[in-house]
Amino acid sequence: MTAETLLKVEGVETFYGNIRALAGVDVEVKKGEIVSLIGANGAGKSTLMMTICGSPQARVGTVTFDGQDITRMPTHEIARLRIAQSPEGRRIFPRMTVYENLQMGASLDNQKFFNEDVEKMFALFPRLKERQFQRGGTLSGGEQQMLAIARALMARPKLLMLDEPSLGLAPLVSKQIFAAIKLLNETQGLTVFLVEQNAFAALKLSHRAYVLVNGSITMSGSGAELLANPEVRAAYLEGGAH
Amino acid sequence: MATVTNPSTVSAGSLTAKALREATFTAVMTFFMFVLFIGLKTDQNMRNELILVPRWGLLATFVAIAFFGRFAMVAWLQPWRAASKAAKDAAPADTSDAGFVKRNFSKLAILALVLYPPIILWLFGAQGSLKYIDNFGIQILIYVMLAWGLNIVVGLAGLLDLGYVAFYAVGAYSYALLSINFGFSFWILLPLAGILSAFWGIILGFPVLRLKGDYLAIVTLAFGEIIRLVLINWQDVTQGTFGISGIPKITLFGIPFDASPHGFAKIFHLPMSSAYYKVFLFYLILLLCLLTAFVTIRLRRLPIGRAWEALREDEIACRSLGINTVTTKLTAFAIGAMFGGFAGSFFAARQGFVSPESFVFLESAVILSIVVLGGMGSLTGIAIAAIAMVGGTELLREMDFLKAVFGPDFTPELYRMLIFGLAMIIMMLVRPRGFVGSREPTAFLFERKSVSGSFTKEGHG
Ligand SMILES: Nc1ncnc2c1ncn2[C@@H]1O[C@H](COP(=O)(O)OP(=O)(O)OP(=O)(O)O)[C@@H](O)[C@H]1O
Ligand SMILES: [Mg+2]
Repeated sequence: MTAETLLKVEGVETFYGNIRALAGVDVEVKKGEIVSLIGANGAGKSTLMMTICGSPQARVGTVTFDGQDITRMPTHEIARLRIAQSPEGRRIFPRMTVYENLQMGASLDNQKFFNEDVEKMFALFPRLKERQFQRGGTLSGGEQQMLAIARALMARPKLLMLDEPSLGLAPLVSKQIFAAIKLLNETQGLTVFLVEQNAFAALKLSHRAYVLVNGSITMSGSGAELLANPEVRAAYLEGGAH
Repeated sequence: MATVTNPSTVSAGSLTAKALREATFTAVMTFFMFVLFIGLKTDQNMRNELILVPRWGLLATFVAIAFFGRFAMVAWLQPWRAASKAAKDAAPADTSDAGFVKRNFSKLAILALVLYPPIILWLFGAQGSLKYIDNFGIQILIYVMLAWGLNIVVGLAGLLDLGYVAFYAVGAYSYALLSINFGFSFWILLPLAGILSAFWGIILGFPVLRLKGDYLAIVTLAFGEIIRLVLINWQDVTQGTFGISGIPKITLFGIPFDASPHGFAKIFHLPMSSAYYKVFLFYLILLLCLLTAFVTIRLRRLPIGRAWEALREDEIACRSLGINTVTTKLTAFAIGAMFGGFAGSFFAARQGFVSPESFVFLESAVILSIVVLGGMGSLTGIAIAAIAMVGGTELLREMDFLKAVFGPDFTPELYRMLIFGLAMIIMMLVRPRGFVGSREPTAFLFERKSVSGSFTKEGHG
């Protein structure tokens, strides 16, 4: 692929106090790609996503987005460069209605495209339309996940980062979510960076993927390559070591 | 607490027996709990010896209250509540067509408040009305305004502020000092006091930006105390604990409310009375309250208001949506403080006297309790809570008949905090989310649909 690089993570080390959670990570995401990051619990996947968003900030290394160094930028300014995130644990606003949650997502453009975009979200996730006046906190887990993704999309992102979108979902619902991601990528060229425990689904969906072990990238390649790789199969696909 | 029994399965006889049993048990418990605290009192006699004064009568009153209270609760209140709950469950859900009063509640309330002074004047005459307009009217409205101001910080932005009275003090002293030393009028100083308070709100905001919950509460508490201590110790300017007296009254666009030839009464050829000034103050604070409400309602629909509410729910999510949480918090502190400052300058002008004693922590606590009781974020609920709490304590002053029960030394005002506390405990048991516990959504696209608001707890998936 010869597309332009959108996100580049180079030699990033992130610490929680004295504990080094990321030990020199290099990751690259090109425009129009779906890139996934797989790894065991505690490998540092969420940490990498949060480091890209600037909280916590990388102690060593650089994060570049669209040619701009964002390593030391505050989180809200990074978000304004159109990096949207559905963070671990979804973090929707529980006391606000679905509709208001979506409005919050459109804060960046001050609701300019809200009416247009909200219809797109309702078309993508019809469940949200049914539940638009319900409070976020009373949605089911799957509906909350849909809302978290939709809210992130309301910001018209250049890069969408999803942390474990299939967590706790029934197989059918997680299939719907992955189908939605694929659709957005194919029809709108949306670039997606995906963290997943469900390695099989993630690798099948992704153009490229990275494997993170104890804070370092140990393997990378196309989704199909990693799916075929015996080590990956043993560790992440066949209910093996982890 | 006893287990709630289903009234349909328990016959009336056994219910009474059960109630008697539980009431007796409660009475015995109460007896042992209070026998040393209430039943006996240490005192000094003529020879400075410590003696024990028994107060069996008072103890008996306490035990009796516990007995009958528990009996009434088990025998009548619990079955009644269970029955009404069953009836509610059985009845078809019919919330779509709320009554006329409910729909136009705020309009009717404002109308009632506007008509309140003339009606009181008509009923009680110029002299008799003072108490109702001043103690019940103005006093309550000051608290409504303070609570609405604090509501922006606590109810909307979710920043627990225990030192709100500091901004009230800044407003009051700003008006007092600037009007005495420079002779500025209230109408110039009102906005100025608001600005100064907002400024102090930002000063407080900066150091506490990173704090949350309990830590934030402690620092704001300290801030409130610091302001009070400065007022006490900076004697050259504030005259310390003596306070500042002789603060000029407010004029109606230059027309003073006094006996002078160009005073209000003379100009309008009315008999001289202090009631006009009180009525004027009543309408002024009402106007200030309405301004607070209007601004709050408008802000909730603007990006900044939405950001406050989102901030209260999830700060990390806010940042990842591009919201600058620093400025969002600072504006909440500043705007909340500004309304505290308005209320403060009004307070100073109304009293004609300010001293640090008016700005103790207890005031912050009372204002915060009103916000919590009313249901955080709900203007109507907070107004009701202010009326109940402040009006209730004012009523206590009137209750001389209590002296007949508890003896001539009994001063009901001293028990106002006890009653305040009891009311809070009862409220929190009955309605854990306050009088108006459900948050009103700000966005409606199609029809105005009521949102399931009766739940008391949200899941997080
Ligand atoms: N706030 C924190 N303070 C201290 N240590 C942390 C913090 N957050 C994460 N860690 C540690 O950093 C390491 C990486 O955590 P991270 O959340 O990135 O893992 P993960 O790969 O996302 O795991 P999972 O698949 O379980 O979500 C873990 O060892 C974790 O204990
Ligand atoms: Mg994680």
